[in-house]
Amino acid sequence: MNRIAMLLAAVSATALISTATDAKTVRWSAPTDIATLDPFAQTESFTTAMLHHVFDPLVRRGRTMQLEPALATGWKAVKPDTWRFELRKGVKFHNGNAFTADDVVASVTRLLDPGARARGNLSQVIRAEKVDDFTVDLVTKGPYPLLLNDLAGIYIMDKEWMEQTGSLKPGNIATGVSTAASTTAIGTGPFKLESFKPDAGTNMVVNPDWWDKPEHNVTRIEFKPIKSDATRVAALLSGELDLIAPAPLQDLARISANSAFKVIEEPSLRLIFLGLSQRDELKSMPGQKNPLKELKVRQALWQGIDLDAIQKRVMRGKSQNTGTLVAPPVPGYDKANDTLLGYNADKAKALLTEAGYPNGFKLGLNCPNDRYINDEAICVAVAAMWSRIGVQTDVKTESRATYFPKQDRGEFDSFMLGWATLPPMDGFSVLSALLTAPKDGFGGSNSMGYTNPEIERLTREAAVELDEPKRRGMMVQALKVAKDTIAYIPLHLQPVAWASRQGLDVPQFPDEYVRLWFAQVK
Amino acid sequence: MLRLLLARLGQAALVMLAVSAVSFGMFRFVGDPVAALSRENATIAEKAELREQLGLDRPVVVQFAGFLSRIVRGDFGISFRNQRPVATLIAERLPATLELVLVATLLSLALGIPLGVLCALKPDGVAARLVQAVSLIGISTPTFVTGIVLILTFAVTLGLLPSFGRGETVQIGPWSTGLLTLSGLKALILPSITLALYQLTLIMRLVRSELIDVLSSDYIRFARARGLSARHIHFTLALRNALMPVITVTGLQIGSLIAFAIVTETVFQWPGMGLLFIQAVSFSDVPVMAAYLLFVGLLFVLINTAVDLLYALVDPRLRVRA
Repeated sequence: MNRIAMLLAAVSATALISTATDAKTVRWSAPTDIATLDPFAQTESFTTAMLHHVFDPLVRRGRTMQLEPALATGWKAVKPDTWRFELRKGVKFHNGNAFTADDVVASVTRLLDPGARARGNLSQVIRAEKVDDFTVDLVTKGPYPLLLNDLAGIYIMDKEWMEQTGSLKPGNIATGVSTAASTTAIGTGPFKLESFKPDAGTNMVVNPDWWDKPEHNVTRIEFKPIKSDATRVAALLSGELDLIAPAPLQDLARISANSAFKVIEEPSLRLIFLGLSQRDELKSMPGQKNPLKELKVRQALWQGIDLDAIQKRVMRGKSQNTGTLVAPPVPGYDKANDTLLGYNADKAKALLTEAGYPNGFKLGLNCPNDRYINDEAICVAVAAMWSRIGVQTDVKTESRATYFPKQDRGEFDSFMLGWATLPPMDGFSVLSALLTAPKDGFGGSNSMGYTNPEIERLTREAAVELDEPKRRGMMVQALKVAKDTIAYIPLHLQPVAWASRQGLDVPQFPDEYVRLWFAQVK
Repeated sequence: MLRLLLARLGQAALVMLAVSAVSFGMFRFVGDPVAALSRENATIAEKAELREQLGLDRPVVVQFAGFLSRIVRGDFGISFRNQRPVATLIAERLPATLELVLVATLLSLALGIPLGVLCALKPDGVAARLVQAVSLIGISTPTFVTGIVLILTFAVTLGLLPSFGRGETVQIGPWSTGLLTLSGLKALILPSITLALYQLTLIMRLVRSELIDVLSSDYIRFARARGLSARHIHFTLALRNALMPVITVTGLQIGSLIAFAIVTETVFQWPGMGLLFIQAVSFSDVPVMAAYLLFVGLLFVLINTAVDLLYALVDPRLRVRA
């Protein structure tokens, strides 16, 4: 009996040792968990990023964020409203089924279902048509320049598996549909899903039959969500985790002081700015003309903000100040647009006097306190700066859950918003959602009443312009108008900061996606 | 007796209705999850459609009526955040919370009673004074501070125990237990200490004062006069009587431990109901919040009803009055 026990112990010990040497495991943590494994039942960028390890899209973002072939090897527009995609041959799903045009058609059809929460991500596509086993046509509502950008976030699911498990319809919280696809994921991606326990952990193992040549040496991923910042950092320092993304800004100094760990950070795509109501009245001064309609007043408010002070004190030097509404990597960015007015309190006061407000006015400033990095602290600082130039600012902060519905209804005089142009990663998203009037599917987040005829025209033209340089020119022009008219006051690009142990190399991307298929474990 | 039981159950139902109404009223102020559920570029029509699908555009009274009628049919809805039926989620999370609470309760009893006895028997001793002083710290330190200090000490500095999670669990039917694996047991230590600390102090102080009371009563004096051994008097005669209120308080406290494990579960990423609830709050996941509050309400109602009924059993006078 004893002998058997010893033998067993020895066997399990060797098993442990051998897995320890071969395994290149990445244990990483984030404050939130995956919402669902059903790629078409959600629109969250974090969940989408996680699922990218299991699923492949037709086209994907490469190391420098460029669009490159994935499950599609080539494409061309055969008609202004029809794109033809050549599919990759010899690709297998994790269950062994072959990838063909049927899977693409079934996936696109599933996404376009009225019950699919994510169908807005492919809003310009009407249908997918199979041409032959490895050729598919996508039909759009009209000429549509951003089709590839959209497709980079659309994952391809296995048709046979969906049929077998009855998950051809997407999960939907409103209609109460949840299918096998909500709790299992079969894709063609670099990793296979092993287990998914909400709030406890998600495990993946490497897919040895992946169609692409792996640039990583990871054999296993253990994702463990940890909501509390302090605990997440402690778990990294105690060696229970290899990577935390994001890492809390206030702990970066402490982590990098420890030689066993490193911090990587760069500006993200998420641009933080302030919106100014253009309605006839402000809530803070009912019955009077809205002073924010005066360009000089908006200019005074911009010049009254000491961006450097916010960057240094509130953001601890980690953010990057900006003068335009899109981040440098995003199409539509132009260096000439990215200039600052510069902080000048005296000039700001003079502008207010010129505009007829020598004694300032009353203004409400509303901000979320749990959505952007240091959102509340930034607003408190801005309110103090505005009060210094004579604009008595009443700052109110609240949770995102109550903040955004009010912002949607346009209840604020001035407010904070962040925009990352994701998932398309294109400046068009700023034009179509923030700078245009809310009609014809435009202006989805423009509730403050800003309109400009030139931007309206340029946005509608850019929407159907297939000539890329021309389209970018239109966006640059429209963003210049937005800047000249001070549609919004841009503040900064908020940082992405990750922390890992020294032996792990993970490239960072401005869209904040963790892409472990580029990771190297030593 | 039957009449008493029915009266109590009727009252319990009324309390539950009140709890659900109050909690539902609160949801008017927690906002709506449409922004969190929508993509960044969502059009106004898209957001309005979602709000309508979720029934959030209807008057609160109508929403409440719909909510009640679904609850009566046993349908708690689908979580906005986790996208799965709320009843399943709660059933999945309940074992984690119950195991944590059970271990914390045992821990507080196993340590609280002996320490309380020590303080009562030798009230002026060095050990008793030290325990009393430390217990003041235990009762006044916020849970999240205790939790973080424990993590920094035992996980980061000493590297002995895990700082988060539940370790490996074994699935027995619908119940997932962490009590059968080494990593599961190790993971239990820090959170259960954190959760037990307050209750431990409470029990210790209760035992101490009760025991001091009992020791000065007549029957103990007569026992001493009779020349019974100190051991027999203290532990068999006195402690037994002193423990009666301790049992009542512990029972009532289990309810609040389950309800207020929220902070401990958040600090240790313990996948129980408290963590589920706190995440539901930050996402305005109304179905989960409503179900959780109902569950906690039910728990307190059940415990209190049981205690009332037990009292009635013990004390016949209460039966007559009812």
